[in-house]
Amino acid sequence: MNQPLAVQFRNVGYRASGRAILHNLSFEVPAGETLILLGRSGSGKTTALRLINGLLMPSGGQVLVGGRAVAEWDPIDLRRKTGYVIQESGLFPHFTVERNIGLVPALLKWPAAEQGARVRELLEQVGLPFAEFGHRRPSELSGGQRQRVGVARALAARPGLMLLDEPFGALDPVTRLELQRQLLELRRRERVTSIFVTHDVREAMKLGTRIALLTQGELEFFGTPAEFQQSDGDEARRFLEVLQ
Amino acid sequence: MIPHGMLRDLSELSVEHLEMVAIAMLAAVAIAIPSAILLSRRPRLSRWGLGFANILQTIPSLALFGFLIPIPFLGVGKATAVVALILYALLPILRNTLVGITGVDAAVRESAVAMGMTPGQVLWQVELPLGAKAILAGVRIATVTTIGTATIAAAIGAGGLGVFIFRGIAEFDTVQILAGAIPAALLALLADELLGWVERRVA
Repeated sequence: MNQPLAVQFRNVGYRASGRAILHNLSFEVPAGETLILLGRSGSGKTTALRLINGLLMPSGGQVLVGGRAVAEWDPIDLRRKTGYVIQESGLFPHFTVERNIGLVPALLKWPAAEQGARVRELLEQVGLPFAEFGHRRPSELSGGQRQRVGVARALAARPGLMLLDEPFGALDPVTRLELQRQLLELRRRERVTSIFVTHDVREAMKLGTRIALLTQGELEFFGTPAEFQQSDGDEARRFLEVLQ
Repeated sequence: MIPHGMLRDLSELSVEHLEMVAIAMLAAVAIAIPSAILLSRRPRLSRWGLGFANILQTIPSLALFGFLIPIPFLGVGKATAVVALILYALLPILRNTLVGITGVDAAVRESAVAMGMTPGQVLWQVELPLGAKAILAGVRIATVTTIGTATIAAAIGAGGLGVFIFRGIAEFDTVQILAGAIPAALLALLADELLGWVERRVA
């Protein structure tokens, strides 16, 4: 069983085609916590997320995972220890649900029996019985079911860290609430640090143990949800207005 | 009536025809698919690569045979014909493979990388299986056109069903022209059906 991994940003900057996307970002997520990267579209939150599993490399500063700079990790090893869920689920359309979830364990060459048991366990946990769903293709699932499978796939190899990029953004409010509850439940069972990107402040308050508010690539606020509610930053107040 | 002896010629020339097509197709696939994979990693280069294959395609086939004859080791005959057929078959396979690979959903590719697949695993387990339908369609189009184009190979002494056609034209003999044209068309239809079936099986 993997240990949850802490994540640190140290003076991180990111530039793309001459434009600064992130400025001098510094914060720390202790192992086992859930950090919400909150911000409007274009605030740089997805970019920040992609710096953590080395899909992007910072132009300045350092991102550390488990105390080690991302640049020093073997990217393949880092990514296999990091779950990743995106809005469009990114499930492989040519794989069954079972093979999709078992993907990283298979890459890590887990024994077949252990792979199978883990897939079944996770499918039960996300409320999709194996007998009914294991052999379906992603195209035979609803949007909510696909995202459940996406979350199960990200957790399959017992990662120490999970990155989620607006995983429930495209779902109807009722399904979204169900999946949020399920994620909280999963967090209790699986020891994992989570970093969750969203622009939905309700979701942030519900799921986060820490909130980082980004505006135009800069960190305006970092703290607990309770502290966030007391924050008097300009952008924070605009987000808090949505709650009223 | 079909003259005596023509049937024997017909089977020999059909085999010769198919041999030329088969060699050309194997070589074209072996060149075009790996090239397309390389080009899919280099978007800027891929415009040049496709442009080059496009230009090859526009050269009239008789002219292309003419250009190739002076090249050492080719000369008049089968080798030149096969090289010309390979050059013609490149474009559809190259273009379709490129479309198949670059057409893979960006979210799927991103997840594959983010879950720690190596570049080789992304290619073999994600890009090629998902692009297979488009790639096979390219091979099918190339095979069907190559069967047709190969009839012109007889003009430079490479044999095949074109022998009947050119002989028939020279002798004002419609039966001979049809004896070349109809089997060539049937072979093309047969190849189209067969490869179409493989394509549907893969999808």
